[in-house]
Amino acid sequence: MITLSSVLRRYTSEVAIGPVNLEIQQGGITALVGPNGAGKSTLLTMIGRLMGMDAGSITVAGLDVSKTPSKELAKTISILRQENHFVTRLTVRQLVGFGRFPHSGGRLTVEDERIISQAIDFLHLGELESRYLDELSGGQRQRAYVAMVLAQDTDYVLLDEPLNNLDMQHSVQMMQHLKRAATELGKTIVIVLHDINFAGHYADHICALKHGEVVALGTPEEIMVPETLSAIFNTPIDVIDGPRGLLACYF
Amino acid sequence: MSAITRQETSGPHQDRRHDPVASRGGLFAETDAHRRSGALPSRRAALRYWIVLAVLAVLAAASVLGTLAYDNPMEFGSRGFWLIAQMRAESIIVIVVVAFCQAIATIAFQTITNNRILTPSVMGFESLYRLVQTSAVYVLGAAGITFLTGVGQFLLQIALMVGFAALLYGWLLARRGGNLQITLLVGIVLGGGLGAAATFMQRLLTPSEFDILTARLIGSIANADTDYLGWAIGLAGVTGILLWAQAGRLNVMALGRDTAINLGMAHRRQMIVVLLLVSALMAVSTALVGPLTFLGFLVAMLAYQLGDTYDHRLLFPLAWLIGVVVLAGSYFILKHVFYAEGSVGIIIEVVGGTFFLVYILRKGRL
Repeated sequence: MITLSSVLRRYTSEVAIGPVNLEIQQGGITALVGPNGAGKSTLLTMIGRLMGMDAGSITVAGLDVSKTPSKELAKTISILRQENHFVTRLTVRQLVGFGRFPHSGGRLTVEDERIISQAIDFLHLGELESRYLDELSGGQRQRAYVAMVLAQDTDYVLLDEPLNNLDMQHSVQMMQHLKRAATELGKTIVIVLHDINFAGHYADHICALKHGEVVALGTPEEIMVPETLSAIFNTPIDVIDGPRGLLACYF
Repeated sequence: MSAITRQETSGPHQDRRHDPVASRGGLFAETDAHRRSGALPSRRAALRYWIVLAVLAVLAAASVLGTLAYDNPMEFGSRGFWLIAQMRAESIIVIVVVAFCQAIATIAFQTITNNRILTPSVMGFESLYRLVQTSAVYVLGAAGITFLTGVGQFLLQIALMVGFAALLYGWLLARRGGNLQITLLVGIVLGGGLGAAATFMQRLLTPSEFDILTARLIGSIANADTDYLGWAIGLAGVTGILLWAQAGRLNVMALGRDTAINLGMAHRRQMIVVLLLVSALMAVSTALVGPLTFLGFLVAMLAYQLGDTYDHRLLFPLAWLIGVVVLAGSYFILKHVFYAEGSVGIIIEVVGGTFFLVYILRKGRL
């Protein structure tokens, strides 16, 4: 379980994220949604200890993220940011291999190699594993990053807009991969999503943020309600019962 | 037990409906033994690396032997030959130490700054060196040059440079919200200020004092005084071993701050440790032979291109050998072609500068 209590980050005297009190249940996919500037990514990066907070505390599986050594946290929680650019030239397999660093310290064992292969296969990257990252398309590269995080083999996985820059097909495939990771591998996945329909279809829980505060939390059925969505996104939104589930229409 | 391990033993129950791309081999495919994730991704890459390393080793040995033996008036193997060779050997040792310092310091610095254009000299080390040397001549006059030799001043110079770095990084990076970009910028600005102070003092020198000073400010193998060579080797060796021990972490640091923290690095502490080690290496090199702006850059760049690997355990020795070849090669050319024994720095700056421009313009990627 991820617990945030009175988490606050101040930017200026007017602009602040929080105070946020939130409990994210173990298991399944939890989507963070909300308008631009609501604090979704900030919250995610604070949970992933990439950014400090001004007040409050965050625990992940009982570990306080600001006090537990980074090395120990890396075996429990992994986080993937939106922008990933490396100066070094890496093959897919080398990148995924870095995911084992918290466990092996850079000296890969046979067991590590097995887990790396599995993470690669899990995201169907087997044929690309010896290609260099700069030879891949955006969608393939994004999958490679996710494979690295899976190879890290943490119970909690945080992803900051992994669908950014992906086309329709790759977005859907990515969400299917993540859904499988949650159900088959028992991961707890927290993901920042822009498109409410992706959240409504694939997430088990939706947490809506606005002006740095949690304004709604619940199952997709509870959140996918015209009044709730319209208030969250400041846009008139209708919800229709489409052939594959609830669908928000906002055009 | 880990989650991925768990899923393997839990049996084939997964739902493939979600998956329009037919899974090749599937989730439970036996891991082939040939699938390895080493620093050299394929047999070809590995072969290439070791061939490059071997060729460089041969070149380095040849340039060392060439320096020792070429134009040696005595017959090979005679006592006189070895006496002359021994005198030249000191230059070779200096070259080996300086190449070591510059190569390893530059690669480590570029790794933790995630930038392959910067070299540690932007941090103001060379300006500080110029300022110290200039002040000594300025304050003590031409006689000050006697002060500028000996073990004492060598160690003092190193202590000053490392202290400067420790103060700068300790203060700027360790504080809350400390940021590498700002730290580097402050380093550059301070370096500029120190350089300006040195230039100002140089204008007040008499021509003869200025002449003496200039000879020390251009990177030169001949600057090195063998009295403190032992100290230089010791310091460089210890620092080098410490950095070598960090190689695995440097590989992770190269992935950038966020990924490094995600993988369990204490990023800021790691950065300060590496910067201090880098400053010690740079201080040894600069105190030994004076500023060599482009050597580190040139060597690191060649090492990335020839090595084509992320692993610092492989990059360091490669870069060291390249450094020896470049330095010894320039020294040899300077000594036997131009007959102007003294300033290797000039050749390196010309070659390095040209290489830099051509490289940047042609490739457009680092």
